[in-house]
Amino acid sequence: MGNLDVKLKVDASGLSCPLPIVKAAQGMKTIASGELMEVVATDPGSVKDFAAWAGSTGNTLVESDSANGKYRFVLRHK
Amino acid sequence: MSAVATAPAAHASSEGAVKTKKLCIIAYSGDLEKTWASLIIASAAAAMEIETSIFVTFWALQAFVKDSKRITGQNWMQKMLSFMQRPGISHRKTSKMNFMGMGPWMMFQLADKYHASKPKELLEMCQELGVKIYPCQMTSDLFGIRREDLIDGLEETVGAATMLQLATEADSTMFI
Repeated sequence: MGNLDVKLKVDASGLSCPLPIVKAAQGMKTIASGELMEVVATDPGSVKDFAAWAGSTGNTLVESDSANGKYRFVLRHK
Repeated sequence: MSAVATAPAAHASSEGAVKTKKLCIIAYSGDLEKTWASLIIASAAAAMEIETSIFVTFWALQAFVKDSKRITGQNWMQKMLSFMQRPGISHRKTSKMNFMGMGPWMMFQLADKYHASKPKELLEMCQELGVKIYPCQMTSDLFGIRREDLIDGLEETVGAATMLQLATEADSTMFI
């Protein structure tokens, strides 16, 4: 968790599809190229969805893990 | 619990012109669940930076009329049509089990319970994310729906040729 310099944290907990990626897309617009954004979601579908979202947008999924029903994604702005 | 994936923070896609993907949705049905599906797909697509357009025709056009509008149309037949199916994104009926509005009411209760966004919120997100929504000219004429009856922020009213151009240039086209 600790060692990444996250510029923006987005809490998408409790939100259903497609809200987590919509929130991520909105958040990504507010940070600059190369900066990191962390998204926390509880939607189990978001694991596959964030990989697909990163693949489609060209942003990089730097890190992804889960604990206690929370899914955490760190993404780098392209 | 466990690490799912760690991707290398390698090259952000700066290798120049990455081809933008395009999606075209032809929104035809005005049913609650189909309009809802269109907006879920469109908002997700826009979030994925897929250039998304929705061509709104026939029954779906009523869904893009302002919620505050009760009756649309210039003559009694058009007015009757809008009276029978109340315009507005918040007033859609389900295709099955509508039960005088009990069906949609229950679906909205479930949406709240499971934190799913309702069509109105999704529509706002779509517009915020730059989804282009084109009303159909012919259906507007047929139903007597004027430009000022429709919600703000839509593209210009167009015909089948524009829709076909959007559809044939898109990577994926859906008729909903």
